[in-house]
Amino acid sequence: MQSHSVPGAPSVHVVSLRLLLGVFAVLLVLTVLTVAVTWVDLGPANLVIAMAVAVVKASLVALYFMHLRYDQPFNALALVSTLLFVALFIGFVLLDTTHYQPNMIPDYQPAMDKAAEDKAAQEASSD
Amino acid sequence: MSGAHPPEQPKELAHHFEDLEQQHRSGKQGMWLFLATEILLFGGLFCAYAVYRANHPDVFIYAHVYLDKVLGGINTVVLISSSLTMALAVRAAQLGQRRALPILLALTIAGGFGFMGIKYVEYSHKWHLGLLPGAHFAPVDHHDGPLEPVADHDADPGSADHADPDAGARFIPARNQDPPSDPEAAAVPSASPRAHMPDAPAGPGGLAVRVGTGDDSGAAHGDAPQKVQLFFSIYFLMTGLHGIHVVAGMLAIAWVLRRSMQGQFHPAYFTPVENVGLYWHLVDLIWIFLFPLLYLIH
Repeated sequence: MQSHSVPGAPSVHVVSLRLLLGVFAVLLVLTVLTVAVTWVDLGPANLVIAMAVAVVKASLVALYFMHLRYDQPFNALALVSTLLFVALFIGFVLLDTTHYQPNMIPDYQPAMDKAAEDKAAQEASSD
Repeated sequence: MSGAHPPEQPKELAHHFEDLEQQHRSGKQGMWLFLATEILLFGGLFCAYAVYRANHPDVFIYAHVYLDKVLGGINTVVLISSSLTMALAVRAAQLGQRRALPILLALTIAGGFGFMGIKYVEYSHKWHLGLLPGAHFAPVDHHDGPLEPVADHDADPGSADHADPDAGARFIPARNQDPPSDPEAAAVPSASPRAHMPDAPAGPGGLAVRVGTGDDSGAAHGDAPQKVQLFFSIYFLMTGLHGIHVVAGMLAIAWVLRRSMQGQFHPAYFTPVENVGLYWHLVDLIWIFLFPLLYLIH
């Protein structure tokens, strides 16, 4: 069939075997690292480290496995802007999520809680 | 088909494209826009995760021990390996290595099977423990695995009556909600699973609480497990949607595998291989974030 002689064939960047295998090795090392670090208690830094490792791994996959580094810049723009919107979304939702009262209606009590309380009171009186 | 094109046109070229190069670039651009919508889809679930973890950190810290770090880690390695074989497959397609291409695609599908197989083991384990989302959450007290530590804590204080509230107080750093529950708990010394926050860490393992209340489980259902099951609802939704994507990716790769065995791809035309590869890598990308967020909570 057709081969390299096809007119208008896409000119592509072929990622070298060494680079692909190297990226794979780094991904494996980072996976082991992110699991290993959970055995050490670093407080809130544990989450930061886990996310930082995940971001590095994701970047490696996107840049080399998904060819973003050699691709049309528009595709990278699509990815980065999507991530920005997700960050905005989560960020704005998180801004006030801990500031709600557990109960906004005065004297309102969910039926299930009421039933549990009544039952507990009953048991206490029977003891 | 050939009548629509001038004879020198390659048969893969759709009539509305200038040449294969433009077709290839357009196809990839469309794929990336689709991947963007996929990220937004998962973004909603990541948002739910962030909100519930911010509000109930104790539940996440408690419940994540029911996920097997080792199995999750193995699955991460399996998925990364299949990402490598997919990247190698795209490379083989670019270079016109027609014998290597189907082999690499088949290896990638095998990786997908491996991932789903391990996922099956994990899901069925949770099924047996009753660690299911929403209304189906009905933990069973098997005397194995991570249920033990909680039982030990209960045994520590000696007096069975005070065991549960004590364990709760020890596990939870912040009892910032439901102030009325405290006098309540004090007033009812024994068998008081009413308080929301103290019971949460007892969770599925703290079935001692449930055993105490015994026969009538209606009231017990409204208590602590409701908050612990948040974690399992999120876990099953996120990994479930991801699993669906793995299956979809495997089907897509199978389609490309079939076409590759028919010799339809060559260095001038391999867009389907590349686009299916992009999809597979995205599935890998999402798992890269799911794994630490669900399994590696500290």
